[in-house]
Amino acid sequence: MAKKKSTANVSKDELLSFYKEMLLIRRFEEKAGQLYGMGLIGGFCHLYIGQEAVVVGLEAAAEEGDKRVTSYRDHGHMLACGMEPNGVMAELTGREGGYSKGKGGSMHMFSKEKHFYGGHGIVGAQVPIGAGLAFADKYLGNGRVTFAYFGDGAANQGQVYETFNMAALWDLPVVFVIENNQYAMGTAQQRSTSSPEIYERGKAFGIPGEAVDGMDVLAVKAAGEKAVGHCRSGKGPYILEVKTYRYRGHSMSDPAKYRTREEVQKMRDEKDPIDHVRDMLITGKHASEDELKAIDKDIKKIVNESAEFAKESPEPAVEELWTDIYAEVV
Amino acid sequence: MATEILMPALSPTMEEGTLAKWLIKEGDTVSSGDILAEIETDKATMEFEAVDEGVVGKILVAEGTSGVKVNTAIAVLIEEGESADSIASSATPAPAEPEPSEATQTPVAAPVQARVIEEELPEGTTYKTQTVREALRDAMSEEMRSDETVYLMGEEVAEYQGAYKVSQGMLDEFGSKRVIDTPITEHGFTGIAVGAAFGGLRPIVEFMTFNFAMQAIDQIINSAAKTLYMSGGQMGAPMVFRGPNGAAARVGAQHSQDYAAWYAHIPGLKVVQPYSAADAKGLLKSAIRDPNPVIFLENEILYGQSFEVPDMDDYTVPIGKARIWQEGDDITLVSFGIGMKYALEAAEILGAEGISVEVIDLRSIRPLDTETIINSVMKTNRCVTIEEGFPVCSIGNHISSVLMQEAFDYLDAPVINCTGKDVPMPYAANLEKLALVTTDEVVSAAKSVLYR
Ligand SMILES: Cc1ncc(C[n+]2csc(CCOP(=O)(O)OP(=O)(O)O)c2C)c(N)n1
Ligand SMILES: [Mg+2]
Repeated sequence: MAKKKSTANVSKDELLSFYKEMLLIRRFEEKAGQLYGMGLIGGFCHLYIGQEAVVVGLEAAAEEGDKRVTSYRDHGHMLACGMEPNGVMAELTGREGGYSKGKGGSMHMFSKEKHFYGGHGIVGAQVPIGAGLAFADKYLGNGRVTFAYFGDGAANQGQVYETFNMAALWDLPVVFVIENNQYAMGTAQQRSTSSPEIYERGKAFGIPGEAVDGMDVLAVKAAGEKAVGHCRSGKGPYILEVKTYRYRGHSMSDPAKYRTREEVQKMRDEKDPIDHVRDMLITGKHASEDELKAIDKDIKKIVNESAEFAKESPEPAVEELWTDIYAEVV
Repeated sequence: MATEILMPALSPTMEEGTLAKWLIKEGDTVSSGDILAEIETDKATMEFEAVDEGVVGKILVAEGTSGVKVNTAIAVLIEEGESADSIASSATPAPAEPEPSEATQTPVAAPVQARVIEEELPEGTTYKTQTVREALRDAMSEEMRSDETVYLMGEEVAEYQGAYKVSQGMLDEFGSKRVIDTPITEHGFTGIAVGAAFGGLRPIVEFMTFNFAMQAIDQIINSAAKTLYMSGGQMGAPMVFRGPNGAAARVGAQHSQDYAAWYAHIPGLKVVQPYSAADAKGLLKSAIRDPNPVIFLENEILYGQSFEVPDMDDYTVPIGKARIWQEGDDITLVSFGIGMKYALEAAEILGAEGISVEVIDLRSIRPLDTETIINSVMKTNRCVTIEEGFPVCSIGNHISSVLMQEAFDYLDAPVINCTGKDVPMPYAANLEKLALVTTDEVVSAAKSVLYR
């Protein structure tokens, strides 16, 4: 991650859209944190602040119909794949207007329409699920690729390696995206992981892998395109270890005493993915401070509206307790 | 315009906290991301960040104040140039009423007095007030002091001091050889612990919650529970699997399941699920000494609850013995773990209506103290069971069957099983309350078997 950020040839439009998408995630997450503090959101709530460039970069490499699946740290993935802020926020508050009608919560949301397959609360479980989605796509021959996101902590799960084996054996079109934010709850990566280069762990199975600067949205997009191209051309799975950082605690109730404030501040000051794009916009004279302020304002508005929607949407009807348990036999 | 800063909720189960320290003072300018204060929840001291920007106009709650309810205004932010005087009076701490949520929250208040019946303690035993969390830690520490082969392993048990702070201080006392942080590999580290038990150690495996033990259930059942039998008695797995079980609050379907019935199904396992801190301590010590694999089911909501615990050097509670919390003649309520909360609340309501209730806390699910249940039902002739788990193949179902076969002639009414509902746990607050067993349901079940 030490190397300089890319400033490659990139269009103004693309930069602006990266900026907006990342800012939307950040402001949304800040608002979610605030609603949690007010008791409007309950249970576990895992914020994505700091990691925005990962999903935004990879979504830029995806095509319509490609699938994604991730862990409980899922708000950013949902916004980035085009799910509505209102529906996501209302699920966080457990209301009828949420993507799961209030029954799933922060960790368990899905959208068939946007090909988002969850939101999974059990660490590592989404990895074989992602390979299974890819298995179905290959079976159906539809040319789709699946992004299976998981953390540095999840990378130690046995099921990940069982999945690597089968994904390679069967040439499944799945990009394994390891979002290495350096911590699994309070455990720094070096305290849980025997060899630090997680992207190399595919070698034993013949899966190519590479490390990517996850604070640089352009680098992420470029790596994503390469990985997706590999998968789509029928060559099997690909591993991207995206080095990133979460600014907040693991969840809202984590005091994050296992790292220093200076460490976090340094990341924020030197590596922030949104500042990076912002600087490119300004120095490239693609946008003025005023234009960016206007964007900021628009996004705040979207986020505030989603919070209003999420507060006003009613609690699910009591009858909902008993629905969606079994599918109707037709 | 003045903006109130409200006492934040900083964990799934937090209702109030201590304002440990202000890191700002009146007149300071703050911007989003600045740390305003340190707030103590029952689990940790958390830094509380500003979301809005402005000038600190007034601090409404002094540092050191405890019992500050979530959503109480603790300070007021004003805009640059605005005067603080105008808001000083209007913003006295008028707590914005938090949503009532008694169904899933614990009153963190007064310690519950165990009306201990059938407890044989030495003359003159004194008691001390302890939370369940502290009692569990003491049990492990005491056993680790007296037996070198006992060690603790699990996710975040060491440096983080336990995901739920149960192992607080243990790394300091016992060092990293005996208090071991593992990667998130339940299947793997459980297998390693089973091997260590075969090899002569007495592992305590902490699951961050029992939901995650499903990844390890093959090792627990096929390796730990069955080996003694399969080896013709040559070797077994003396070890404890422990951690929070059942619903916490608002954590959704994958994190809110009661596994009592699952493990109770397995010959070769012992299964305990204490309610009080005294039983948590005494049973955990017995479990660590037991030569069999013991599933020790805790509950997150009970961790912060205080009880009277016998103040003695070596307090143990036998596995397989129920505790009668309250004697009565008209009806028997049988429960365990957090189910006891509903049983005791119902007993109180029924008692006020002149119904004499006997309340049995099973404490152990396997072996099950059927004798105590049967003796009670022979006296009261009616029984209601209470648990948070799913209704199908529940512990209550099993008790009903035992009573039907062994006390049929004494029953004056069918046994009713009050359980959690037959649905995955919903996230929405209103639905979650309904999905759990409720005190009202216990009261009406009791009345129905009493034909009132
Ligand atoms: C099987 C399982 N074990 C433990 C947990 C509790 N847990 C939730 S998140 C987490 C840390 C995961 O870290 P990582 O994979 O790095 O993802 P990150 O949270 O950093 O995005 C743990 C231990 C769980 N949900 N599932
Ligand atoms: Mg991580």
